[in-house]
Amino acid sequence: MPDHNILIIEDSPTMRQLIAFALKRIKGVRIVEASDGVDGLKKLSAERFDLIFTDINMPIMDGLKLVSLVRNDSNYKTIPIVVITTEGAQEDRERALALGADDYITKPIQPTKILDVARSLLKI
Amino acid sequence: MQKDDERNRGEEFLQVFKKGAEFTQDLLKENERLRFRLLELENAGLSGGPDSVDSVVKRLNERISELELEKQEILGRIRRIEEENEDFAVRYVEIEEENSNLANLYIASYQLHSTLDFKEVLQIITEIIINLIGAEEFAIMLLDEKSAELQAVATEGVEREQIPHVALGQGVIGRVASSGESHFAEDVLRYQRDFESPMVCIPLKIKEHVIGVLAIYKLLMQKKKFAPVDYELFTLLAGHAATAIFSSRLYSDSERKLSTIQGFIDLLTK
Repeated sequence: MPDHNILIIEDSPTMRQLIAFALKRIKGVRIVEASDGVDGLKKLSAERFDLIFTDINMPIMDGLKLVSLVRNDSNYKTIPIVVITTEGAQEDRERALALGADDYITKPIQPTKILDVARSLLKI
Repeated sequence: MQKDDERNRGEEFLQVFKKGAEFTQDLLKENERLRFRLLELENAGLSGGPDSVDSVVKRLNERISELELEKQEILGRIRRIEEENEDFAVRYVEIEEENSNLANLYIASYQLHSTLDFKEVLQIITEIIINLIGAEEFAIMLLDEKSAELQAVATEGVEREQIPHVALGQGVIGRVASSGESHFAEDVLRYQRDFESPMVCIPLKIKEHVIGVLAIYKLLMQKKKFAPVDYELFTLLAGHAATAIFSSRLYSDSERKLSTIQGFIDLLTK
């Protein structure tokens, strides 16, 4: 059984791979990828996660809706959420934090930043 | 009777005298011994012998000096170790950064060759430019060999129609395509958007053959300048994006031709 189960919800395969690549440096980590909010919710219901990384702009269900649904569900409301935004999208970022996201990272993404945020929220 | 008394007194006197003489002899001997001892002590003091106070002080001072030297040496070693630790910390940060940069390059390269679908290749190039380089407005332009013109095939942040067609060798974009040399605006911060003169223009090359260019007009808000890894990414894009675009186009063409031929064969054989 992994020490840390992390869910990445991101429509861009490049970004998913970059985030996963960075997170794999955490010892005992297991990463599950989802390509949009709906896919993310499906994966979320199938197993327990310790951390969620989600993009804001995604097809089908965006990151803001996902943050709102997760925070209002008693089963998942304690899971830390990190949103991925662009620096210009300040409004989205503020909304995500207001909805209950724990932290955010901005594009262009640096693997060290992803790792720092994950370690801080996983308290390792 | 009187004579006996006198004799007794005489004998007592002789006894007392003898004792006095013995006592005097003892005193003289003691005096001699003490004088000898005093002489010994005086000699010891003058010659600095092992028991003298000065020699003890001297030995202690020497030991203090030795310990002082030892302390200085230990402090020096601690200083050197601290300096080494600082060097290691700096090196660690550099390696972490290098690792991040290599991760970016690896993922960019991996993604570029993960598909043979032309539209997907363009999408991946767009994602790399936004997410790894941090550009907000840019265009991917390909060279039309027949008309010798560069035309935008994908854009981000601007409409495709806004990007002018550029003849090979004409203006900044045309010169980059004809020379194969990249163009960077002198001052990224003061750059004003000009569709004919982008902030950055990178040729997409297969060996020395240019198939198009990548023109960047605006960076994301937080991106104030290019980092060394950006130039590595530009170099990677110049080569790998070009081969990915070229292969996907060839594949699409062959697929289309195959489909057409298959259609004819089906028609003939029915």
